[in-house]
Amino acid sequence: MKPALRIALVGNPNCGKTALFNALTGSRQKVANYAGVTVERKEGALVTPEGQALTILDLPGTYSLRARSPDEVVTRDAVLGRLAGEVPPDAIVCVADATNLRLVLRLILELKAVGRPLILALNMYDIAQRQGLRIDLEGLARDLDLPIITTVATRRRGIGELVAQMVETATSLHTDVRASLWREPDGTALRDLHKEAQRLMRTHVHPPERPDTLTGRIDHVLLHPVAGIAVLLGLLFVMFQAVFIGAVPIMDLIDQGFAGLSDVVGQVLPHGWGRDLMVDGVIAGVGSVLVFLPQILILFLFIILLEDSGYMARAAFLMDRIMGGAGLHGRAFIPLLSSFACAVPGIMSTRVIDNRRDRLTTILIAPLMTCSARIPVYTLVIGAVIPNRTVLGVLNLQGLVMFALYAAGIGSALGISFILRKVFWRGQSEPFMMELPTYKAPNPANVLRTLMQKASMFLTRAGRIIMPLMVLVWFVSVFPGPPAGATGPAINYSLAGTLGQFLKPVFAPIGFNWQMTVALVPGMAAREVAVAALGTVYAVGGGGLSLAETLSHQWSLASGLAFLAWYVFAPQCVATLGVVKRETNSWLWPAIMFAYMFALAYGAALIVYQTARALGFG
Amino acid sequence: MRVPSDPPAGSDLLALSQARPGDRGIIVSVGQGMAQPGSGVDPEELERRLLEFGFVEGAHIEVLHEGAIGHDPIVVRLDDMRVALRRADAAEVRFQRDAA
Ligand SMILES: Nc1nc2c(ncn2[C@@H]2O[C@H](COP(=O)(O)OP(=O)(O)OP(=O)(O)O)[C@@H](O)[C@H]2O)c(=O)[nH]1
Repeated sequence: MKPALRIALVGNPNCGKTALFNALTGSRQKVANYAGVTVERKEGALVTPEGQALTILDLPGTYSLRARSPDEVVTRDAVLGRLAGEVPPDAIVCVADATNLRLVLRLILELKAVGRPLILALNMYDIAQRQGLRIDLEGLARDLDLPIITTVATRRRGIGELVAQMVETATSLHTDVRASLWREPDGTALRDLHKEAQRLMRTHVHPPERPDTLTGRIDHVLLHPVAGIAVLLGLLFVMFQAVFIGAVPIMDLIDQGFAGLSDVVGQVLPHGWGRDLMVDGVIAGVGSVLVFLPQILILFLFIILLEDSGYMARAAFLMDRIMGGAGLHGRAFIPLLSSFACAVPGIMSTRVIDNRRDRLTTILIAPLMTCSARIPVYTLVIGAVIPNRTVLGVLNLQGLVMFALYAAGIGSALGISFILRKVFWRGQSEPFMMELPTYKAPNPANVLRTLMQKASMFLTRAGRIIMPLMVLVWFVSVFPGPPAGATGPAINYSLAGTLGQFLKPVFAPIGFNWQMTVALVPGMAAREVAVAALGTVYAVGGGGLSLAETLSHQWSLASGLAFLAWYVFAPQCVATLGVVKRETNSWLWPAIMFAYMFALAYGAALIVYQTARALGFG
Repeated sequence: MRVPSDPPAGSDLLALSQARPGDRGIIVSVGQGMAQPGSGVDPEELERRLLEFGFVEGAHIEVLHEGAIGHDPIVVRLDDMRVALRRADAAEVRFQRDAA
């Protein structure tokens, strides 16, 4: 068989490049990372009816080859054939939104200077026709000296022609590769490129007879200073309801499923540490990752829908001033929002932020958003130490404490970001400029495909880190075993128990007894594991009391509040630290994150404990 | 900060950072080093970014929306696309305002 031709897709953001990539390659896609950087690498394969194999590379969207974000660097280097470990493409397809040609024409002029065989795919041609936009395709193709194919990615129109053109362009003897004449344009060069793009527009494109007015009308509501914010808050409310209430039945099912699996495996395997490793290490580990999947799927579904419809850019606009006051970029909104489910996908999605410092700030504060792993801890401790009564007539005290914990997380995140900006990274605020795309109804097939890709990425990332850790935690909680005739729970004699005893003096000033300290050790793997660990140390079941009842007898209010305060900031989530390491490509940032969160957690718990004691709740 | 108007009566030069929703006109200059030091990138880089987004001399511009707090950021229609940006960065763009 002939060797596969390599085709790269380039285009402005929101031109429908992902939809076109899906239409071309269907399910034969591979999502991975570029070597050394954390930019997503999407590659797909297809075979033409004539038997020619093609490899399609979907490059990150960009307005210009002058790269700023890590994403854009990949696009530039791939196009220029400079990307380490990548074969240069045989042809480049520039994907354009036919209804928004001006900026992409400038990109095409830059791409032409690169000298590789080039094709222009005019996507969203259906919308252009609906608007009565007339483009003189022949004239434009002649003027630009490149083939133009019109496509409708979401309805798979023009795909066959595009593929045929790819083969022809990539194999044609006439289109030999010239040496690249591309240089980074300065202001003058950019103005010249614009002038040329403007000339092309005037000559070959007739303005639409029925321009889109829907986007303008929707924006009048969604960008309204009052109504816009109200809609945004409403959307967030619905989203959190769906994430935290809608996901519960499925999460319970998964929990029960894994409990059942543990039982079965426990009965089948012979007694011994092998069985314990399977049941308490491996199965519990997989379960603790999978149980968050429903929440993360729902959250991702909302985010993908908001992104594909064009709303996300509006949300960033609405939030920019509020976030900007704390020194954050409007685009940090999406990652921080995701972090309420889990900081891992949140940190992964900081890639949309161009500027390195803005991105690092967002990464550092993302774990302060109350993730769903903290909920079991909060629920348990609040239930144990906070009386269930009504205050101020209507408010439930327990609910109020829960709310305060969320607010403390958000408030401290904004505070930290403010301090970073004012003290460490002074005066470095990146310009905020963003195109607001026209609104579109998301395409269900594309939404589903993106959702599956995100979910599998979360599972592999988180799974690869949490799984081995659960095994390690299991090991330190079990070995060495208790001596013969021991009375206390086995964990007291293990490495974890020893460590807890050893650390007790450190945690005494913040009101943690040694059981709490011991529980923090296995809680390193994932925050909610602390609940199970507390159950183990207090040997629940023996006295016929539930864990919450045991805790309410054993803990003072001051200790309970200190434990909650600790968990607002608690650095214990190895999955998060691992993802930060991957995303920043250094151990420095996870170390800084751990140190500052530890300091905050300790400080907050200390203040809460000492204040509560002084008030007589010791 | 309005520039004295010798241009034709009924129209005037205005920095985009001073414009209100409804103001429209044609861009006459981009990048004069007018931006406040608040903007993190140097003026030349800011100018290039503005140019890359299509803020170029001769382009049609109209302010569509503004944020709730401090009227910032703003959304403008720029030829046939919509762009959101902060007023601090918009100071680099001046346009000839059409008569209302
Ligand atoms: N009507 C119509 N809609 C399209 C077409 N191609 C894409 N879309 C829709 O346009 C929206 C954006 O498409 P994407 O494929 O996500 O765009 P993209 O260029 O990958 O965007 P980024 O990932 O932000 O760079 C989605 O809602 C698509 O369903 C088309 O040819 N016609």
